[in-house]
Amino acid sequence: MSEANNNTIIIDGKEIPFTEGQTIMDAALAADIYIPHLCHRPGLKPHGSCKLCTVEVNGRSASACTLPAASGQEVSNNTEALTEVRKTITQMLFVEGNHFCPSCEKTGDCTLQAVAYHLDMLDGHFPQFYPKREVDASHESIVLDRDRCIMCELCVRASREVDGKDVFAITGRGVDAKLIVNSASGKLADTDITTDDLAAHICPVGAILIKEHGYETPIGRRTFDLHTIAEPGLEPVILRKGKHADEH
Amino acid sequence: MHSNNGPDNNAGSPAQQGGDNHLLHRLYELQQQFQHIPKQAISDLATELNLPISQVESVVDFYSFFHRTARGRYDILFSNCTSCGDMAMMHKLCERLSVTPGETRADGVVSIAETSCIGMCDQGPALLVNGRTLTHLTNRRLEQIAEQVDAGTPVADWPVEWFRVHDNVRKNGLLLSTGFEAGSGLLSAIHQGPEELLEEIVKSGLRGRGGAGFSTGMKWKFCRAATGDAHYVICNADEGEPGTFKDRILLNSHAHEVFEGMTLCGYIIGAQKGYLYLRGEYRYLLPELQAVLKRRHKAKLLGENILGQQGFNFDIEIIMGAGAYICGEESALIESMEQKRGIPRVLPPFPVTKGFLDQPTVVNNVETLAAAAQIAVHGSDWFKGHGSDKSAGSKILSISGDCTTPGAYEYAFGVSIQRILDDCGAEDVQAVQVGGPSGTLIAPDEFERKLGFEDLATGGSFMIYGKDSDLLAVVQNFAHFFAHESCGFCTPCRVGTTLLRNGLDKIVRGHGTQYDVDEMFRMATLVKRRSHCGLGQTAPNPILDALKRFPGIFESRLVNSEFEPHFDLDAALEEARQISHRDDAEAHLV
Amino acid sequence: MSTKKKVRVATTSLAGCFGCHMSFLDIDEAIVGLIEHVEFSRSPINDIKHCDPDCDIGLIEGGLCNAENVHVLKEFRESCKIIIAVGACAINGGVPAMRNHYTLKECLEEAYLDGIGVENPMIPNDVELPLLLSKVHPIHEVVHVDYYLPGCPPPAEAFLKVLTDLLEGKEPSLPKEILHYD
Repeated sequence: MSEANNNTIIIDGKEIPFTEGQTIMDAALAADIYIPHLCHRPGLKPHGSCKLCTVEVNGRSASACTLPAASGQEVSNNTEALTEVRKTITQMLFVEGNHFCPSCEKTGDCTLQAVAYHLDMLDGHFPQFYPKREVDASHESIVLDRDRCIMCELCVRASREVDGKDVFAITGRGVDAKLIVNSASGKLADTDITTDDLAAHICPVGAILIKEHGYETPIGRRTFDLHTIAEPGLEPVILRKGKHADEH
Repeated sequence: MHSNNGPDNNAGSPAQQGGDNHLLHRLYELQQQFQHIPKQAISDLATELNLPISQVESVVDFYSFFHRTARGRYDILFSNCTSCGDMAMMHKLCERLSVTPGETRADGVVSIAETSCIGMCDQGPALLVNGRTLTHLTNRRLEQIAEQVDAGTPVADWPVEWFRVHDNVRKNGLLLSTGFEAGSGLLSAIHQGPEELLEEIVKSGLRGRGGAGFSTGMKWKFCRAATGDAHYVICNADEGEPGTFKDRILLNSHAHEVFEGMTLCGYIIGAQKGYLYLRGEYRYLLPELQAVLKRRHKAKLLGENILGQQGFNFDIEIIMGAGAYICGEESALIESMEQKRGIPRVLPPFPVTKGFLDQPTVVNNVETLAAAAQIAVHGSDWFKGHGSDKSAGSKILSISGDCTTPGAYEYAFGVSIQRILDDCGAEDVQAVQVGGPSGTLIAPDEFERKLGFEDLATGGSFMIYGKDSDLLAVVQNFAHFFAHESCGFCTPCRVGTTLLRNGLDKIVRGHGTQYDVDEMFRMATLVKRRSHCGLGQTAPNPILDALKRFPGIFESRLVNSEFEPHFDLDAALEEARQISHRDDAEAHLV
Repeated sequence: MSTKKKVRVATTSLAGCFGCHMSFLDIDEAIVGLIEHVEFSRSPINDIKHCDPDCDIGLIEGGLCNAENVHVLKEFRESCKIIIAVGACAINGGVPAMRNHYTLKECLEEAYLDGIGVENPMIPNDVELPLLLSKVHPIHEVVHVDYYLPGCPPPAEAFLKVLTDLLEGKEPSLPKEILHYD
């Protein structure tokens, strides 16, 4: 292992360059190294909430998506122990919500599912929480199914930072936290969201779906039927898939 | 750009941060007026304060003292802390007043629920009624309360002695025994100048009294060096750690020291504005604190040109919290001050460079600021002369639980646990929770350990459990506390604290197996290691400490089987039995 | 080979749709090879009503929605050395668990009283009928489960792979290509 020079970090023994201001995640993605993540999307403000990107930096636990890269960092990423931690965290996300893949339109295009496949997750392991959450089908083109929400706040940030709106927010505390929308009625139909918004397409799970485009891509030909989540450069594919379902 | 929690530009204007227009204060008024926050009021308030409706809504839902459905005109909250709570009393009053715990009686008159520790651990059992603190509960007092509710007497007309809160200072040390003349610290500061005073604070070895123990002088130095449009001083009086009440005493009887410490800090870091963030449970302290601020204005100890010094301007406002332990975490506190949910930020950047309104900010504990004021008067050598090498000065402990004289005890750092137990009259002690649930649970063979950052760090909570205490029930209580107070931001803490709570409940119900204990250990380790902030990183401590030091309390409750169901099978048929009116053998599962 | 004792496999469908069983049968002619090493105990395939007390492998399709499901699951756990949760419903409740959004009363009223096209509305009530659990649960909440075979249904190859692994004395594993939740 060579010593890290001024502008490199070491991930699993491999020297990776970084530029000032990049996080460990930025540097890893640029070097085609996959660090599992759900709440992170390049271009949006790093969040650090899902903790799937948990890595060990010089022996200390850290979120790759929020920790600035700095020379001298030795990062453990693809280790058995971290895979186990990430699998457990993914199982926690599954049992916390109501994730019934066979009845979800997002199946095959779902990042949560794909991350779980990547981690060889076979079951939810923990007792199911079976929360009772509301479905909001009020909007003519967009449906909000909170059962599947994983609190990643990608929609919250996309609306705020890219769409210049403020359509979504998380309310409540602890395990009662839930996604709400910014309107007096509390209904999506009364917000200013449109299907042109990034927020309408960014959901990594099936919590926000575009109506009347269901099953345009048949199961078996969806993103993660054809690719694994760890493939470099998949990020834009996932997004484009959302934006133009009929392209595939 | 580091808030996790809402738009950076929705913090409101600086003018809105204090005073009557702060969102938390407006919501408090609405809650008082309507016993809940009506839907219409949320939209109206959002429009008036120019905030997104969803932001107002999320704040309402985040803080325990705001409600979407009406509480009773008498809203009674029993502390559920192991020291100042008594759930049996809560159930007794519920029965007496025909109230379902957690709910509002159908006539809307009264609601009774539990709440996290209200800081009355030396004079419990205690409750809050319409936000006012009522201590020293007895069965007789419960009956009297019920009579007042039945009679419809306004809480303001209830006997004033019911609401008396005593300081209960049992042992004076360096801070509590040294008198303080308002303004003496400022005179000394002006005499020395900011640079020299800062050096004194650094030299004194003063470290943060909240428990983490960062050097106060260094914090002030970093903040002073940071550039920004404005600098801020925040006094963290969100004393929420169960078992802690020493800030209550400092704010009640030493407010000048605290405010002077803030003013000194402002002088050194170049801040003109300070905020005291006071936990909602201590609302009863607010009128007197405001009176002290007024007196300090009059005495030219606050305001413009303090003590006649041209350009030495500093003002202090008080922001009231509304029931959220997480806001004791400094970046969550700042979020709360910015009228948002109390979600801890991503660090770095730290508040000293980007804090309140993204400006350089010092956040200090009440006790830290009081100590700083004394150091300004008496110098660093005076302070350093007490305590140990790495832990200069003294610590005020909040002692509660199984002892004859609970109250505040101030010791120089380095004192042994046994010495403290002897002083407060604690005998046959089974365990001590040092530093509250987030601290360390220790057993008798460790009572020679010493208080200090190098051994047992503490924010001040010191809870004693005698030989007859059900320690597993204590650990269970703490697990419920953390699950209730988790902010929900990160997965490990949000889901993990609930899994830990459920796991403990299963064991306490007598349905736990060794497998459940192993699972709990695995989850506790994950939550501790992988959570976003200090809450999650410390929430599993009671479980991990108890597993290590008191494995017997778990083992004695376990059933000797490889696996026990995670839910009560027979209870799961109850609904169907009721619908079908069946009660035959086949209608049960054993 | 024929002298060696065959591995006893029992299967059942609890709160499931028998889709997993159908998929199992989709191993088609591979069943001929399998049957050389395997004999079936209790299973809907042969209509044997109870497990032999010394079964080797129990395949459980479906979650738990009523008291009878619990009894059957317990019989399987007591009789089988290895329990495998087969399919989405056994693993997380699956589609039947979508009723957990509602109270049992609401579900029954909708199905038997208020639903569209209901004739002679009444909630069935007979001692022969097992009582429903207030919620549908996955099986690992009630018994220890040794292995999980996800999918709705798991593909035939997945059944074959897991059983073959077990027959060869290996830890069963699924190649990524056949790991699917849908």
